[in-house]
Amino acid sequence: MTLATTLFPSGWMHFLAGGLLIGCAVALLFVLTGRVGGMSTVFSTSWSWLVKTPYFLQQRYTESRGWRQIYAAGLVLGAALWWLLVDGGTPQTTQVPAWKLLLGGLLVGYGARLGNGCTSGHGICGLGSLQWPSLMAVLTFMATAFASANLIGRWL
Amino acid sequence: MSQPTRSLTQAIATLVSGALFGFGLALSTMIQPEVVLQFLRFENYGLMLVMGGAVLVTLVAYKGLPRITKAPLLGGQFQQHASQWNRDTAVGAAIFGLGWGLCGVCPGPAIAALGVGNWDLLWVLAGIALGALFQGIGRQH
Repeated sequence: MTLATTLFPSGWMHFLAGGLLIGCAVALLFVLTGRVGGMSTVFSTSWSWLVKTPYFLQQRYTESRGWRQIYAAGLVLGAALWWLLVDGGTPQTTQVPAWKLLLGGLLVGYGARLGNGCTSGHGICGLGSLQWPSLMAVLTFMATAFASANLIGRWL
Repeated sequence: MSQPTRSLTQAIATLVSGALFGFGLALSTMIQPEVVLQFLRFENYGLMLVMGGAVLVTLVAYKGLPRITKAPLLGGQFQQHASQWNRDTAVGAAIFGLGWGLCGVCPGPAIAALGVGNWDLLWVLAGIALGALFQGIGRQH
C-alpha cells in the first residue's frame, strides 16, 4: 500500500476539490457582499425570529438573520445539485444511531454558540483571517473531538 | 444601483455562495458522518485536505481582496468578525468537539444534509437547533 492509499483510503481528489470549492464560496460571498459567514450563527439568528429575549435580539443577530437564512438555503440547494447531478439521487443514510446524532447535535449546537463558532466559523473564516483565538478554538475542539470519537464513540 | 436592486443582487450572491459551499461539502463527503468519524479515528485524513483547501482560498480572499478593491463589488463594506479567546470560547469549543466526535456532524453538514435526502441527520439538525436555543435562553447578552 502506498502512503496515499493509507492516508486516503477513499481517494483524495474529491476532498481537495470540495475544500477548494468551499473556500471559493466563502471568498465569493466576501468579494461580492463583504459578509463573513460561519454556519452555527444560522441557528441562533433563526431563533431570533421566535424568541424575543435580549440575547436573541442583539443587533448582530437581527441584522444578519435574513442573509444567513438565504445562505443556509443555498447550502441545501448546492448539496441537492450535487446529489441529483453527480450522485444519482439515491437518498443517503447513516449508520450512526439516532441517540448519538441527537445528543451529539445538542452538544454541537450548545458548544458552537457558547464558543462563538464551529468548524466553518472558527475553522475556515477564523483561520482564514489569521485570528489566533480561532486557532486556539480549533485546537481545543479538535482535541476533544479526537478524544470523544476514540473513547466515548467506540465504547458506546 | 437602487437599494431594492442592490438588496436583491446581494441576496442572489448569498444564495449562490451558499450553494457553492453546499456543493463543496457534499462533493467532499463531509456530509457523511462516517467519513468525519473515520478522520477523528485516524483512519482517513481527507478532512485535512478539505480544511486545508478551504482555509487557503479563504486566506487569500480575506487578506488579498481588501488590497485590490476598497469595497465589496455589490456595495457595503468588508466585514471583520474578530474572535476572542476567553472562558466561553474555550468551554464552548471543548463542548462542541465532544459532540462533533460523538455524531460526526457539524452545523454546515447538518443543514446541507437536507439536500441529499439524508433524513437520519434531522436528529442532528434538531439537536443543534435545541442546543443553540438552550445556550441563548436565559442569557442577557
